Amino acid sequence: MTTEQTDWDALLEVQDLKVSFKTDEGIILAVNGVTFSVKRGQTLGIVGESGSGKSVSTKAIMQLLPRTAVVDKESSIKWHREDGEITEITQLKKTSREMRRIRGGEIGMIFQEPMSSFSPVHTIGNQIIEAVQAHGQVSKKQAREVAIDMLDKVGISNPSVRVDQYSFELSGGMRQRAMIAVALSMNPSLLIADEPTTSLDVTIQAQILELMNQLQEDLKMAIIFITHNLGVIAQVADEVEVMYLGQILERGTAKEVIHQPQHPYTRSLLRAIPRLDHIGGRLTAISGDIPSPLERPGGCPFHTRCEQVIPGVCETQIPALTRISSTHTVHCFLAE
Amino acid sequence: MTTTTTPKDKLADAVPTTDEEKLKYFTASQWQLVWWRFRRNRLGLLGAGILSVYVVILLLADFLAPYGGTTLDVEYVLGPPQVVHFWDDNGFSLRPFVYSVTTTRDPVTLAMVPTIDKSQRRYLHFFVRGEDYKYWNKRSLVSNWHLFGVDEGTIHLFGTDRMGRDIFSRVMYATRTSLTLGVTGVFIAFVMGLIMGGVSGYLGGQVDFFIQRLIELIRSVPDIPLFMGLAAALPRDWTPERVYFMITLILGFLGWTTLARRIRGKLLSLRKEDYVIAAQLAGASNARIIARHMLPSFTSYIIVDIVVSFPYMILAETALSFVGLGLRPPVISWGVLLKGAQNIQAIELAPWLFFPVLFVVFAVLGFTFLGDGLRDAADPYS
Amino acid sequence: MSDNLLEIKNLKVHFPIRSKRLFGGTTRYVKAVDGVSFYIEKGETLGLVGESGSGKTTIGRSILRAIDPTEGQVTFKLDDQIVDLTQLQGRGLRAFRRYMQLIFQDPYASLNPRMTVRDIIAEPLVASKLAKGKEVDERVRETAALCKLNLEYLRRFPHAFSGGQRQRIGIARALISQPQFIVCDESVSALDVSIQAEVLNLLMDLQAEFGLTYLFIAHDLSVVAHISSRVAVMYLGQFVELAPTKKLFYSPRHPYTEALMSAIPKVNPDIEMTPVHLKGEIPSPVNPPPGCRFHTRCPYVQDMCRTEMPQWQEIETRHFVACHFADTLTLKGTD
Repeated sequence: MTTEQTDWDALLEVQDLKVSFKTDEGIILAVNGVTFSVKRGQTLGIVGESGSGKSVSTKAIMQLLPRTAVVDKESSIKWHREDGEITEITQLKKTSREMRRIRGGEIGMIFQEPMSSFSPVHTIGNQIIEAVQAHGQVSKKQAREVAIDMLDKVGISNPSVRVDQYSFELSGGMRQRAMIAVALSMNPSLLIADEPTTSLDVTIQAQILELMNQLQEDLKMAIIFITHNLGVIAQVADEVEVMYLGQILERGTAKEVIHQPQHPYTRSLLRAIPRLDHIGGRLTAISGDIPSPLERPGGCPFHTRCEQVIPGVCETQIPALTRISSTHTVHCFLAE
Repeated sequence: MTTTTTPKDKLADAVPTTDEEKLKYFTASQWQLVWWRFRRNRLGLLGAGILSVYVVILLLADFLAPYGGTTLDVEYVLGPPQVVHFWDDNGFSLRPFVYSVTTTRDPVTLAMVPTIDKSQRRYLHFFVRGEDYKYWNKRSLVSNWHLFGVDEGTIHLFGTDRMGRDIFSRVMYATRTSLTLGVTGVFIAFVMGLIMGGVSGYLGGQVDFFIQRLIELIRSVPDIPLFMGLAAALPRDWTPERVYFMITLILGFLGWTTLARRIRGKLLSLRKEDYVIAAQLAGASNARIIARHMLPSFTSYIIVDIVVSFPYMILAETALSFVGLGLRPPVISWGVLLKGAQNIQAIELAPWLFFPVLFVVFAVLGFTFLGDGLRDAADPYS
Repeated sequence: MSDNLLEIKNLKVHFPIRSKRLFGGTTRYVKAVDGVSFYIEKGETLGLVGESGSGKTTIGRSILRAIDPTEGQVTFKLDDQIVDLTQLQGRGLRAFRRYMQLIFQDPYASLNPRMTVRDIIAEPLVASKLAKGKEVDERVRETAALCKLNLEYLRRFPHAFSGGQRQRIGIARALISQPQFIVCDESVSALDVSIQAEVLNLLMDLQAEFGLTYLFIAHDLSVVAHISSRVAVMYLGQFVELAPTKKLFYSPRHPYTEALMSAIPKVNPDIEMTPVHLKGEIPSPVNPPPGCRFHTRCPYVQDMCRTEMPQWQEIETRHFVACHFADTLTLKGTD
């Protein structure tokens, strides 16, 4: 199901990505054939619960997977560079100069826990300076200016003072802003944000989301936003992908996926979350547990919990892609 | 309590189809998980293997040694080890044998010169009767079975010392003494460490403060001078047994500090664990919380700590006896044996007197490997 | 107020900070809970929300006496008796534990990995000597079935189970002594969305069946709104507002509540959020600001707020606020 032509509007094209891990208990398939693309300036939201493979997919793009990870040979990750060239990331070696230029330079990444992303013994300014100097020939003084400028851009007050502070001196919200500053200091064309607001208070989360929206406009940056929170996705994403057990079940614009969900999983998810517009109604739970990746169900990964499962079909065959509209696609036998 | 089920609710999880192995894993207790993990660690198994040999020696020293610890062989003084052969010019022999040997003093150099009489084969026999020995010094438990011996002549696998005593036998007895001393010392240290660390960690506050300062005081004094000082304070006229007892006490009293700190640290961190708070909220008394909820959590760590303390004790005793401040003859320990090798004559002319070193080294390695293997396996939940 | 199960008066929990001097005493305190008064009705679910540093977890634990309060009174109405929980000690306290329980946040840390599920659930009975022998097993089985735990699970160890299942084991443990009051301390926060709904439904079903009273502490406002009949909002160790759920969410009377409500992301891409901007950062609980604690960040701050602490007042039936201008401000709720 791989297409060999490239979409010139796209910034990143992932085709048939398969990632497995070698463990004591055997080989675990974490990502099972994922295909998607991100356009310039667009925000792609990836929604999924534990085991969905959302983090692993993005780490594969950045070549940040541990040594026990194996990316399938047929998988392809095409990155469109600033100069128009297209690089096949899967062909690059993890530590090659080209990969290092991409990672942190053209593609930035921010994580869930800002505390553990910063070195406790270096100032936050230091870390930006290091990143800037690693990616270009700048003097320390110039790099410091860039650092102060970035801290200001992300809304940290008193940036010339803060640049010399350590991460533990900052509050949670400020640390997250600082992390965004580090990621953006190289002016990347794509920012991968892996659950960046999950551990933040709701008021801080709102601020950070606002900041990211604004920065995206200013810098014309594309964002891949990973989260399990459908509310956040609705607010930030232009397009949404729903992942489950390593596969994409549904994809469409945020409006399509939230207002007209086609996949039983998406529908169940939307019914399972408490909504402020109908306080007090009973939640519809999804029965069963998410299967462990060691015990992958055959056929459609969701069939073990699906209320509308078609016996004889869903357990054995993987549903093909069904196109609902030019932007909305789903993998489900019910939609075929 | 009656249960009502609304039609929408079904049993949240149907009976899972688990196979044998998965079921075993789910119902595996802590110790089973530790054992499974430990099994895969080769060094740890090696350590365990080495130590099991030592345990055999400890239990059966008299049986394994062909001679008593003080038996003299005047014919073969300071003689090199007798090599065991399976064939020679006269052909192959299924039964191993040695040659009869004697040593005579060279009148010129005054060195002992061994003479091997190749014409005489002395065959090795197994399960022979030899010298008498008593179990636990009880006259009622006398035996004279030995693992091996020769019909005529002598067999000195490790050679003899300058009084003609069989080194192999003496090493067997030394192993027993040194190991039991180590065990006793560790036991004393453990009990003291458990009490002090437990009190310190569980009660906290002032008590904790003072015990910690005491520990720091003891630890800040350098080991060797402290040992030497205490050991030198022992009256010279005490019987070897009394000296033995005091040495174990000294080792124990000085070794408890490490264990105490570990236990305290563990208790302090465990106190904050959710499941310990849950036990409190369930109405459990302090005693029950410690015994039922906290202790099992760190038993595996404590075992590791104990195993790792052994080398310390063994080396301490060896060192003390080596400098003459610990055990003394006629008590036989590794340190005592090595003290006897502490001269130029030994190094130059009779290097076989150093066999005990190998035993010390292997003992320490054995405990260290076992300890490391256990430590890796000890937290199966990490 | 005879329908109240619990009445809390002026509760304070201050944690001493060890001074850095050698034999130093303590001069500074983290004022995690600093003067809170409210009541919890029998059979209701009181939601408690607040951001980090608000003190909401500490309140739950101090009511249960897992942490000891520094000051204040907590009375529990047991049948016809009124018991002051702050005065209970030693054996008396332990004997009272059966009436109030806690469901923890972290399903991985709250179960002793070295005990079987059966033993974990049985612990409140065994430790408090509430039952013996066969009766224990029977009650364990009953309670496990209530929590939809397969009986086969009882002889397994926690490492066999997923987060959602573990949380149900924790609920069974909390339930077995037939308590009247349960504190749910972020009990669904660590679960996946699809599992959260199941556990929430279970909690609500159990409440309906056994008339349980819950104090539901969480930071996810939508979850709290769903399960609670009344909700309290905390900021820096104090309550700022307490009202029936819909009132609080749709027509809040405190600026902080308004800010919280405006920040909740709606699951609707058509609606653009306009979160209220709060100035600055949350102050340290060691040194809370004078006057109204929220004044450093409040968009409606006036001079009075900087010096005078607002009163905790019932401005409408069952609707309490601590704000000088609660009567005059018109604030926006969610939706």
